[in-house]
Amino acid sequence: MNLMEFLTPLTEVAKRSGPEGTIVISSRVRLARNLKGFAFPGWASKHDRIKALELMRPAVENLPQMKESFSAGMEELDNLDKQILVERHLISREHASKSAGSAVVFSKGEVYSVMINEEDHLRMQVILPGLQLEECWEKIDEVDTILEKQLDYAFSPKYGYLTACPTNLGTAIRVSAMVHLPGLVLAEQINQVIQAVNKLGLAVRGLFGEGTDALGNVFQISNQQTLGEDENRIVDRLSKVVAQIIEHENNARAILLEKKKKIVLNHIGRAYGILSNAYSISSKEALNLLSLFKLGIDYGFFPDVPRSLAEELFLICQPAHLQKMSANPMEPEERDILRADILRERLKGVKGPVLK
Amino acid sequence: MKCDICKKKEATIHLTKIIEGEVHNINLCEDCAKKQGLVGEGSDVAEFLFSLEVPKTKKEPEVVEVKCEACGFTQSQLKKVGRLGCPECYTAFEDILEEIIKSMHKGNRHVGKVPRAQQTGKTIAEKIKQLQEQLDKAVAVEDYERAAALRDEIKRIRSKLTDGESQE
Repeated sequence: MNLMEFLTPLTEVAKRSGPEGTIVISSRVRLARNLKGFAFPGWASKHDRIKALELMRPAVENLPQMKESFSAGMEELDNLDKQILVERHLISREHASKSAGSAVVFSKGEVYSVMINEEDHLRMQVILPGLQLEECWEKIDEVDTILEKQLDYAFSPKYGYLTACPTNLGTAIRVSAMVHLPGLVLAEQINQVIQAVNKLGLAVRGLFGEGTDALGNVFQISNQQTLGEDENRIVDRLSKVVAQIIEHENNARAILLEKKKKIVLNHIGRAYGILSNAYSISSKEALNLLSLFKLGIDYGFFPDVPRSLAEELFLICQPAHLQKMSANPMEPEERDILRADILRERLKGVKGPVLK
Repeated sequence: MKCDICKKKEATIHLTKIIEGEVHNINLCEDCAKKQGLVGEGSDVAEFLFSLEVPKTKKEPEVVEVKCEACGFTQSQLKKVGRLGCPECYTAFEDILEEIIKSMHKGNRHVGKVPRAQQTGKTIAEKIKQLQEQLDKAVAVEDYERAAALRDEIKRIRSKLTDGESQE
C-alpha cells in the first residue's frame, strides 16, 4: 500500500480544526499495554518479538475502528516514510528506528494509530483536532476494551497495567495537548507558565515530545504520573490546566496588541518579509517565522489569508514532507532552497500585515 | 520542609533524581534554586544535578545478583537502563522498585481501569472502598460536585455487581 496515497492530503490536514483551535492544535491520549507471558520488546529476542507481533497485529487490524487502515511492518517502510509518520505524529522517533518485529497500524483519517512493539507491546493513541481530551480518552478506551477481550494483558491489581518503564505504570495513560503559544513567548512569560505547569506534576515538551525543541512555539503539555490517579481525573486535570494556558495565551496576545502594537507588527512584518522573500531557509527558521505569520492571521493582520495556509506551510516545511515534494533525494542545503522556493510561491499573492 | 542548601528557608522546589536506581530527593528554596541557576533563563538543571554530591544513604549493593526467573533480566541491567525485562520483573524486583515507584507517582496503588477479565469480586470491592474514601474526602472539603459524581459511580458499580450475580 502506498503511504502517501493513504495519508490525508496536507491541504485537508491543514483545514482540521476543533474547539479552541486557534491555540490548541490537537489533543491526544495514548495507552500502553503489554502481553502477559512475553518479555517487553526491548528485552525480548527477535523470535519472541515476532511471536508477540503475530498475536497482536491481527487483533489490531480487525478492530472496527481500523476498518479502513494502513498497516505495515517497520521493515517494509523506508526511512523517508517513517519520517513522514513522525512528522504526522503517528509514530515516535523511537519507533521510526525499529525494523522487523515491530509494526504500525493507523486508520483512514489518522484518528486512531497503534504502534506495535515500540517500548511496550502496544502503544495506542487517538488524536483529535483542538481541545478534545475527554473525547480522545473515550475513543481510545473503546479500542482498549475490544482488544482486552482478545489479548491477555499484563496487569497487577497493585500496580495496574505493567509497562516496560515504571514511569508509565498504573493507568499507563498519557494525555497531551499540543498548543501554539507565540503570545506567551513574545511577552516573555513562557518560562513562568512552564514552571507553574511543572509544579503541578505535568510535563511541557517540544514539538516532537521528549527532548525536542519547541519549534514554531509549539508545546506539548502532558501528564507525567500514571499511578495512583484514575484516567478521568488525569484527563480532567489536564483539561483544566490547558484551559488556563489558553486564557493566559489570549491575555498575552491582547496585552501585546494593546501595549506593544508596533513591536508585535514589527515581528510579524519581518517574519512575513523573510518568508516571502528568502531564497534559502532552514526548517527551524521557517517554522519559527510561520508561527509569527499564524499569529498575524489570528490578529487579523492578513485579512484575506485563510489560517489553513499557514498550517499547510508549517507541515510542508518539515524535512520529510519537503523531501516528498522532490523526485530526487536532496541534501539539507538543497532542501533549504526548495523550501524557500515553495514559501515564495505560496505567499506571492499575500500582502504585508496591515492594522485594521 | 527546609531547604537542603541554606537549611533556613522553606523549600518550594522539589527535584527527584535517580542515580543507578537509587532515588535522591532534593528540596530547595526559591533563592538557593536561583543561585544554582535552576530558575530563570539559562538554567541548566542537568549540570546542577550532576554537580550535587550523592548522599550515601544505602549500603553498597550486595554481591548476589537478583535475577528475574521468568526472563533472565538482572538487577544491574535494571539499574543501567531504567526499564524492565518482562511483566514478571515487577515481582522479582519488588523491593527495589517499591521506592522508585513511590517517588515517581502520585500514589503507590493502581486506581482506574481494570481489564474485565481481571475484575474479580475482590477488586470491585476494593474499587468501591477506594471510591468511598475519595467520597469522604470530597465531602470533608465540601466539594459536593465531585462527591455527587463519586456517589453515582459507586451506585453504578454496585448495580453492575448485583446484575452480574443475578445473571449467573
